[in-house]
Amino acid sequence: MAYTEQEILSGLAEIVSEETGVPVESVLPEKTFTDDLDIDSLSMMTIVTVAEDRFSVTIPDDEVKNLTTVGDAVAFILGAQA
Amino acid sequence: MSARPDVVITGLGATTPLGGDVPSTWRAALAGTSGARPFDPDWVERYGLPVTFAATIAVSPGEVLSVPEMRRMDPSAQYALVATREAWADAGAPQVDPVRLGAVVSSGIGGIWTTLDAWDTLREKGARRVLPMTVPMLMPNSPVAFVSLELGARAGAHALVSACASGAEAIGYAAEMIRSGRADVVVAGGTEATIHPMPIAAFAASRTLSLRNDDPQGASRPYDVDRDGFVLGEGAGIVVLESAEHAAARGARVYARLAGVGLSADGYHITSPEPSGDGQIRAMTAALADSQVSVADVHHVNAHATSTVVGDLIEARSIQAALRGDADHVRLSATKSMTGHLLGGAGALETIFCVLAVHHRLAPPTINVATPDPELALDLVRDTPRALPDGPVAALNNSFGFGGHNVALVVTSV
Repeated sequence: MAYTEQEILSGLAEIVSEETGVPVESVLPEKTFTDDLDIDSLSMMTIVTVAEDRFSVTIPDDEVKNLTTVGDAVAFILGAQA
Repeated sequence: MSARPDVVITGLGATTPLGGDVPSTWRAALAGTSGARPFDPDWVERYGLPVTFAATIAVSPGEVLSVPEMRRMDPSAQYALVATREAWADAGAPQVDPVRLGAVVSSGIGGIWTTLDAWDTLREKGARRVLPMTVPMLMPNSPVAFVSLELGARAGAHALVSACASGAEAIGYAAEMIRSGRADVVVAGGTEATIHPMPIAAFAASRTLSLRNDDPQGASRPYDVDRDGFVLGEGAGIVVLESAEHAAARGARVYARLAGVGLSADGYHITSPEPSGDGQIRAMTAALADSQVSVADVHHVNAHATSTVVGDLIEARSIQAALRGDADHVRLSATKSMTGHLLGGAGALETIFCVLAVHHRLAPPTINVATPDPELALDLVRDTPRALPDGPVAALNNSFGFGGHNVALVVTSV
């Protein structure tokens, strides 16, 4: 069963919040992982690993550097479900 | 060359089977409380564990740490961080030049929960699901790394490993950092989190655990004739060590002096203590010599005494030998009767008990000794605390580890 865009955003927000302590409601699509959410590469890879498991997708390492914002990650996961 | 700096203890922190901090742990110890309780019955059913109880931590670190902190740390590091925050606040959160601030925090086993969780994940879901934080969480220096990050300690961060002597060895090494001039303040201690089915099965396989499943709280009984092994415990103890000069300059409250450190190795057997106690005696003798304390002033010993048939008596004889037969005035306590055996955390927690004993002039009790071993010739403090005298008082803390590691620390009143 595919997840909706909203389900992916709220699920990703939970993952980011648990990893960083940033409140769920602050994890918005326009936020950048590095500058806005202060996520380092180790935390980013943790988020990717947990998100892959949660949404049953693969996010290749080469793709991670293109995921600048939360919205980028939501869009990638949405597309990768197909 | 200037005189060697005196080392004093200005902060205490702990999370233990008796309480989530030092005051609650000390109160429970003085009241003669056991921290042993049955663990998850599902573990027993699923794995056929021969032991069904342990001295589990009284307050989950999840009650005081944030979700990200819990996710990024093995339980052994979580316990260390909880205890560090208490110890640092207790010391008055001193202002210290970061390059003069050190951290020495040991674990005897390391991040075993993280190791085994990652292995489960690998087998069930494959390599891609193993979390990137796995290595920094399982490495045995992880607790001290997180402590040094917490405090910005940059003089050095060390994790000495010597099984059940690790926590005491950490405190000894921390004292040496101050004495040698590397640091003015060092946060030191030990931590352990091994109450997981695999280590329980492994310790049980080595026939070192008590099998008194029908009476968990009565199972740890050092020096009792019916002792049958130790009770696995968990938790952390952390002390703030400081040069006396640094402590005086900031007007710090001083609990006690860390006066002597003695180390030796048995070089005899991988798990059994050497029967003559030669290594233990050398460690205690070295600690006493290092402290320049006279045997007459040693009024209290917190024994390693894990409640094993062989180990308890070898240690008791070693204590008498190290005190050169002048032990009639010594109050002996075996606090593992209450806390269980915290392994790498034990030496640190028992150092804290020694510090509080000389500070409050009160030796904590040993519980569960219905019939003392007739070969025990020392004055064992049983069931209720006993007063220590006025005037200069020294306490000796022993810690011995699998592998033949012997560490003795001497703490004195101020």
